Amino acid sequence: MNKLNDIRPAGLVGQAVSRREDPKLLTGRGRFTDDIAIPGLTYASLLRSPFPHATVKSIDTSRALAMPGVIGVLTYADLRGKVGDIKPNWVVGKSIVPPHPPLADERVRYVGEAVAFVVARTRQEAVDALEAIDVDYDVLPAVVDEEAALRDGAPQLHGNVPGNLIGVFKLGGGDYAAAAARADHLVQVRLVNNRLIPSPIEPRAVRAIHDASDDRLTIYLPSQVPHMSRRWLAETLGWPEHRIRLVAPDIGGGFGAKMHFYPEEILVAFAAKHFQVPVSWTETRSEAHMATSHGRAHIENVEAAVARDGKVLGIKMRSFANLGAYLSNMATGIPTVNTLSFACGNYDIPVLDGEMRLATTNTTPVDAYRGAGRPEAAYLIERTMDAIAAKLDMDPVELRQLNLVRKHQFPYRPFSHPHFRWDTGNYEGCLDAAVESIGYRGWRDRQAALRSEGRYIGIGVICYMEMVGMGSSVGLRTVGFDRGGWESAQLRVHSDGKITLFSGSMTQGHGHGTSFAQIVADVLQLPMDDIDVVQGDTDRVPAGHGTFNSRSMAVGGTAAHLASKQVLAKAQLIATAMLEADAAEVAYAHGRFFVASQPERAVSFSEVARMAYVSYKLPPGMQPGLEETVFHQPAGGVTSFGSHAAVVEVDIETGHVKVLDYVAVDDVGKLINPMLCHGQMHGGIAQGIGQALYEGADYDETGQLLTGSLLDYALPKAEQLPTIRSSFQETPTPMNPLGVKGIGEAGCVGAPPVIVSAVCDALKSFGITHIDMPLTPPRVWRAIRDARAATQGAQP
Amino acid sequence: MIPSAFDYVKPASLSAALQEIARLGEEGRLMAGGHSLLPMMKVRLSSPGTLIDIGGLEELKGIQVKEDEVFIGATTTHAALEHHADLARALPLIPMVAHQIADPTVRNRGTIGGALANADPSADWPAAMLALDATIETISAQGKRAIPVDAFFKGLFETELRSNEVIVGIRIPLKPGLHGAYRKFRHPASGYAVAGVAVALFFEGKHCSGGRIAVTGFSSHPFRAKRAEAALAWYDGGPQQTERLLDMAFPEIPPLEDRFADAEYRTQLARTMLRRALSDATLDRPGT
Repeated sequence: MNKLNDIRPAGLVGQAVSRREDPKLLTGRGRFTDDIAIPGLTYASLLRSPFPHATVKSIDTSRALAMPGVIGVLTYADLRGKVGDIKPNWVVGKSIVPPHPPLADERVRYVGEAVAFVVARTRQEAVDALEAIDVDYDVLPAVVDEEAALRDGAPQLHGNVPGNLIGVFKLGGGDYAAAAARADHLVQVRLVNNRLIPSPIEPRAVRAIHDASDDRLTIYLPSQVPHMSRRWLAETLGWPEHRIRLVAPDIGGGFGAKMHFYPEEILVAFAAKHFQVPVSWTETRSEAHMATSHGRAHIENVEAAVARDGKVLGIKMRSFANLGAYLSNMATGIPTVNTLSFACGNYDIPVLDGEMRLATTNTTPVDAYRGAGRPEAAYLIERTMDAIAAKLDMDPVELRQLNLVRKHQFPYRPFSHPHFRWDTGNYEGCLDAAVESIGYRGWRDRQAALRSEGRYIGIGVICYMEMVGMGSSVGLRTVGFDRGGWESAQLRVHSDGKITLFSGSMTQGHGHGTSFAQIVADVLQLPMDDIDVVQGDTDRVPAGHGTFNSRSMAVGGTAAHLASKQVLAKAQLIATAMLEADAAEVAYAHGRFFVASQPERAVSFSEVARMAYVSYKLPPGMQPGLEETVFHQPAGGVTSFGSHAAVVEVDIETGHVKVLDYVAVDDVGKLINPMLCHGQMHGGIAQGIGQALYEGADYDETGQLLTGSLLDYALPKAEQLPTIRSSFQETPTPMNPLGVKGIGEAGCVGAPPVIVSAVCDALKSFGITHIDMPLTPPRVWRAIRDARAATQGAQP
Repeated sequence: MIPSAFDYVKPASLSAALQEIARLGEEGRLMAGGHSLLPMMKVRLSSPGTLIDIGGLEELKGIQVKEDEVFIGATTTHAALEHHADLARALPLIPMVAHQIADPTVRNRGTIGGALANADPSADWPAAMLALDATIETISAQGKRAIPVDAFFKGLFETELRSNEVIVGIRIPLKPGLHGAYRKFRHPASGYAVAGVAVALFFEGKHCSGGRIAVTGFSSHPFRAKRAEAALAWYDGGPQQTERLLDMAFPEIPPLEDRFADAEYRTQLARTMLRRALSDATLDRPGT
């Protein structure tokens, strides 16, 4: 595979170039935030609330301050008037924003909320000092369930949020009442979309140093959105943005959790200046479970109006989203815009009547987590399609084929929405390929044969679609998003012809150092070794929004492509001057400009680069230098889609589910690097299977987190995952010149519904149509036990 | 995940270790592989003053397979037991159990003696040792002891071991006609046995003459299902006999209950693991 790195540069896009980042990461030379060495570094620890809801009557830090090595302790009293609240930057509709101070101000609202912040000379001393802080709590009743939180008499969290209702979001089109009146069947499902704990292998970490001589702060933070994190820090601390340098070094996975804005980075930055010592904090895994944002946590009530022949006439949703104790960054947008928009999935369903109620509860804040609303949408429509198939006794694949949006209907306006527009699609291509690849018909035959041997095999096939790389800035603003939709790329050609790409996207394991270099090398027809990619340093990269919403390629990759084209255009003009030829006559291939009719009249790309700086032979009026900056503003989002198919076997005596085969056929537009794309699918599917079979954050009814460690919270391990057969269909989008869409989240959108579908198919003979995720062995076994009891009751 | 401050000593010999134990008293804590103790220390559920690391002591390591018995040194790792060729021939139940412990990384560090001394109610070795009628040999300032495994496990993380006693090794008799099997249902997160059953059946020719059944993960400490054992003679592997054994195996012991498994589900798992272990051992018998 390494050989590919030596192939001629043009045509690099689409090649499975091996990752240039791997040698350093695999030999332990990666540099993560916790590896950054700073002389005189001190260590912070946080005292966290053990109660889900309590009044903080007093905090006494005097014993802690007297502990060995303790430099200082911060409570909210030290921040009042100096540090602002943590504010969300996606506020949908009329959502109410409750105040969220970085340290608890008289009240704690979830287990793990930061109460006090200790800075000490060593980690041990910092943790020891926590035991010497005396907090007097008055425990209050708590509520953890999103439906319960909205009922009369529920414990109230925030003075400005009556009834714990942050907002009600409605989205739809068409007349559902009319659709229901015409329907032959109304099919109802109720689904719990389980709360998840994002678990990047590198936990959160921060280090900051304040230079008093020029009043500048340097902060190291594994942020998916370095420029955004800097902006939020500046806004919250009231410090000028140009005096903050934020560096995001190597990142060990983010999955959304590392894009949100947390108390710890504010406190570390504040303490570095306040105590005039460099300060660091690295999260423990147990802290990550309670203090890093969670994902999902919906209850979905869906009704489908269906005609006798299986055509779906309309979808009605009355759903609830649990946002936790405070509004994290994008909390209100994920269950609303990012879920309801895709509630009709890949199907030509003309009517949607969607409503999402947003509740605040005494739990860890919930925000975007890989997929971020799209997994919830795919899950609700796909489970609904299975319920319809069961009701009509139709083959679930045939039902899906009957309802698909067809290729010729694109660009497609879902539920007749005036603004929404899905750019391209070939849903039937993916579905047919997945059905073929899994061997659907063959498995249906084998399923019956194996049943007679007492084996329970199930087959699932699903479709999903998602919008990624959302923009434009105007469009985002209309849904309450307080960030732009663009991405920047600055391409600097040095005087020797070597190139640095400064990109506003942010790799967290994605391999941008490889794929972005492929894009540049492809346009400039230069070796990848001549091109470095720099991301994650606000002093080096001019501006950026970073990586989320599977946007890096569609927006940031496009910016890099456009900047490369602009550089090439300028270089060509310089070459024309150097060659004293007609512009129309000068051609370029593989690092060499030449006169088309006399190929021996040539200058190399590096000679042109040198001329750009020595600059004595430039076209009249041209500025010296060879550097271009592009802020690419997309006109709209692009839609990725696919079909996944799975075969599972259920051990009915233990409830254990084994995935026997897994096929993914995805269409994410043009592939830049197929190997990285397969990697994205494998990782995403692993996380999706995690949600379907293993993962689920549980609170007891008093608000204590029961899944406080990885001994209780089951992340899937290699032995718990199947061999994944991923493949791609390529439908280029006209929305950008590369034809690319996004892939980062696709796997965990597709996997949960296909696994649940397959398990329920295996258990169909028991009369089981649905089991809520995660389909853990005890849950599956109890479903079988209950179904058997019900059958025996019915047929004595 | 930052432990309290502690001291660390690494004695060069077993006698030096015994001196450290005597010197440190209650302040000292023995560590072999550290794979149970260190995680407890990191969450500060355990805060020993001094760790006495005996993991590297050669005199506590090793596997000796003899004609009529097997001796396993206390600090032999799970991985060494998993991959020992003589052991695989003489007592295949041992590698079978070792292979099911946690993951390869843990198996490379964790030791059999450490696991027995820790007496986690869901650990795998205790069931295997009970089924194999092992003897746990110890040493202390007071001298050597040979503790029959039936007297070793006393309760939740509680054993017959005295605070100044070190496990030297485990002696397991080799009896003719032994066919063993171990089945466990792994907790999907921790990998520990939600229920694990080890069976050792003895065959005389084609018929079963008796055997031992040991269960882990089911209650506060591992136990033998003695009523079921008493009915093993002439066990033929048939479904009726098997269900009768299952009914006798668990009735009077209160099962552990936790988030993952309530009493009913844990009992269901234990019955299923026993049924499957009996089937494995029976299918393995001569003439099949």
